[in-house]
Amino acid sequence: MSEHIVPVKTYIGIFVALLCFTALTTGIAYVDLGAFNTVAALAIAVVKMLLVVLFFMHVKYSGGLTKVFIFAGVLFFAILVTLTLADELTRNWSPTPTGWGTLVLLARFF
Amino acid sequence: MADMAVHNAHPPGFAHQFEDMEQQREAGSLGMWVFLLTEMMFFGGLFATYIVYRALYLPSFEIGSHLLEVKFGALNTAVLIGSSLTMALAIHSAQIGKRGAPVGFLIATMILGATFLFIKFTFEWRHDYIEHLVPGFGFVIRPEWGAPGAHVPMFFCFYFFMTGLHALHMIIGIGILAVLTVMAHRRRFTPDYYSPLEVSGLYWHFVDIIWIFLFPLLYLIGGRYPGGGH
Amino acid sequence: MSTATLDVHEVPTGSRVNYLNAQYGVKSWLLTTDHKRIALLYLASITLMFFVGGFFAVLMRLHLIEPQGALVQPETYNKLFTMHGVIMVFFFLVPSIPATLGNFLVPMMIGARDLAFPKLNLLSWYIYIIGAIFTLYAVISGGVDTGWTFYTPYSSTFSHTSVVPTALGVFITGFSSILTGLNFVVTIHKMRAPGLTWFRLPLFIWAIYATSIIFILGTPVIAITLFLLFLERVLHIGIFDPAIGGDPILFQHLFWFYSHPAVYIMILPGMGVMSELITCFSRKRIFGYSFVAFSSLAIAIISFLVWGHHMFVTGQSIYAGLIFSVLSFMVAIPSAVKVFNWTATLYKGSISYDAPMLYALGFIGLFTMGGLTGLFLASLATDVHLNGTYFIVAHFHYIMVGGAVMAYLGGIHFWWPKITGRLYPDGWARFAALVIFVGFNLTFFPQFMLGYLGMPRRYAVYPGEFQVLNVMSSAGASILGIGYLIPLIYLTWSMRYGPTAGPNPWQAKGLEWTTPSPPPTENFEEIPVVTEEAYDYAHSRVTRG
Repeated sequence: MSEHIVPVKTYIGIFVALLCFTALTTGIAYVDLGAFNTVAALAIAVVKMLLVVLFFMHVKYSGGLTKVFIFAGVLFFAILVTLTLADELTRNWSPTPTGWGTLVLLARFF
Repeated sequence: MADMAVHNAHPPGFAHQFEDMEQQREAGSLGMWVFLLTEMMFFGGLFATYIVYRALYLPSFEIGSHLLEVKFGALNTAVLIGSSLTMALAIHSAQIGKRGAPVGFLIATMILGATFLFIKFTFEWRHDYIEHLVPGFGFVIRPEWGAPGAHVPMFFCFYFFMTGLHALHMIIGIGILAVLTVMAHRRRFTPDYYSPLEVSGLYWHFVDIIWIFLFPLLYLIGGRYPGGGH
Repeated sequence: MSTATLDVHEVPTGSRVNYLNAQYGVKSWLLTTDHKRIALLYLASITLMFFVGGFFAVLMRLHLIEPQGALVQPETYNKLFTMHGVIMVFFFLVPSIPATLGNFLVPMMIGARDLAFPKLNLLSWYIYIIGAIFTLYAVISGGVDTGWTFYTPYSSTFSHTSVVPTALGVFITGFSSILTGLNFVVTIHKMRAPGLTWFRLPLFIWAIYATSIIFILGTPVIAITLFLLFLERVLHIGIFDPAIGGDPILFQHLFWFYSHPAVYIMILPGMGVMSELITCFSRKRIFGYSFVAFSSLAIAIISFLVWGHHMFVTGQSIYAGLIFSVLSFMVAIPSAVKVFNWTATLYKGSISYDAPMLYALGFIGLFTMGGLTGLFLASLATDVHLNGTYFIVAHFHYIMVGGAVMAYLGGIHFWWPKITGRLYPDGWARFAALVIFVGFNLTFFPQFMLGYLGMPRRYAVYPGEFQVLNVMSSAGASILGIGYLIPLIYLTWSMRYGPTAGPNPWQAKGLEWTTPSPPPTENFEEIPVVTEEAYDYAHSRVTRG
């Protein structure tokens, strides 16, 4: 919670920036960048989120406790996604070799 | 002195489980952030399943995404960003002591929120229903979709569940704003007491952030350039 | 522990205003915002749900005395174990200690007048009741047979039972947990008395805080999962529907993302109670305060990394299985740290064997057994053999019942004088603790053997060679059931006829013991200022009147 009063100019500036980023993400979608399209869209979304969080939600002027809670949310969401994908995306991998086969497999990496 | 001490200890809106207004304000703000943390995980579960199925059925998701109108999604994004601005300005005007100004900004926020919902329900959902793109309500798998067509309903399940849950949160948010508007109209907010505005603003901005992610994740999959994408 | 000047001489309950007699009438209870009254509202509801869930357990154990089933049809048996699980997990174990002892004690232990959001606290209780009503409606409208785990696609498509009201009831009750956890986190952060730094807090508060973190991070995920299940039942299409590419294992990921941390919701508060009981009844400081405090946080965090160990044999990839197996071994470490520290606290302590301590000592042994058997299940190779058998059933009942319920009863007995201003009959209390201990072990130890020998769980019939062990288990269950009824009787009796209690009948440390019994509505006349460390017990014999 902040007593810090953010000037109206800052709010307007952030608003304009958000609109620009929206236009940018929409525009980029019409350009063929392959897999990078998704990366770009997500990156822009993250930037927009940070602008809203830091300025509209005053987190730039808040204490550490607020930032810890936000970080915790992001972290545990990431855990849910990562470990679930660790299963969903590896279902069709070939089975782990045993015995000498493991050494052969490892040797292929080095 | 004694009654001034009493007055300072009991300003309007003071809750007696707290020692002073400072503690009350901090507790209220932390409480809303903790609640937003639960909302992150609530939407997060839905986003996580979306991520999994998008990874498994990307071609189907691209087909589905291309059936959405980017112009409405982008317009709605702009509308919501505008509503976040008016919400921030509502709080700002209370902070600097313009007792009546929050009313105008809150009404503007509600109007923008309602505009968002109007565009979504009237131009998008209704259109999708007519086009037989609502799973469970006469969804028709088009032959031109080919093999991935079997999983296109999955995309639309996510589209309606995610935007529906988001819309539900917006409706609740508009309800909260209505209550705040009445309070602001009664001149309840001063530079010393505006935490209901601040705390509701946090909620409103959070709902905006959800949409900031929904827009690219639902409308911009696979690119909009000729020939589709991957 | 505090330097507050409070009159701690014995004052008869009836002649002093306290939170119980400050206001009379049903409305004053149903519209209360006093955390202590809300705790009692929860105590009554949770006790009721415990006996409803227990009733289903009784029917199951009666049924299983015959290999071909003695009581019900298999379809009905499926409903029995489902309802037993749903009610015990969501309506008893998850709220038990946090909603009763937590609600009552958190403000008192930190020197506050109430929780941060008293009206939200009352709303939590009403949400719990509404969820319970939906679920009880499901029970009387034919029951549910999916297992408390609601696995799809059986629960989403093929079951013809009352899945919708049950899923809705659990979904609704989840918000009760979320709001309670939110309340505790904010209260503990913002409303500690002057001088009460984090490392002077009672370990019960650390445990409740860690539990609240799990409430906040985990419950929303099962909420959305059950909501999606509800939508799929109603719309006949959804993201778990195999017809449009739905993956049943994905449901399990979402479900267990909450439900594994949920089991730590069930045990962490009990561990918090343990630290209070062991220190008081050994008249000693806790050994390794910061280790115990941090282990609570470690358990809460690591608990979110291990959920896949429930899915080793359901179709999860073997690579994910490997990851979850390693992580599951890690989660055992902080729990072990606590057991070591409690044991070290007991060492050279001045131990007395009051009823709360009997429960605490029982907890140490039984929780350790339950925890160690978990390692057999964390290990992939052995889990393949043991999964889906009674070994699992025994494992989690050793922790849930031998651990969590014992800690709950120990805590109820410990703080009973504070909550009610009355003493219970000590002889009956110790007797009941022993009956429960014996009944519990007779019920569940044979189940380890049954599981090892291969008897599957959730089966209404079994091969004849398992009958002896099943009959032993059922005999134990009847003893256990009687054991639970005994405290219900004497605790209720004590509320009216028990001798009045002084402010601190156990001579325990802690801010809650500096108030009269029962406390006044505002808890403290003046907010205390804390200057001492936690558990500042002198190492001397104390006689108690």
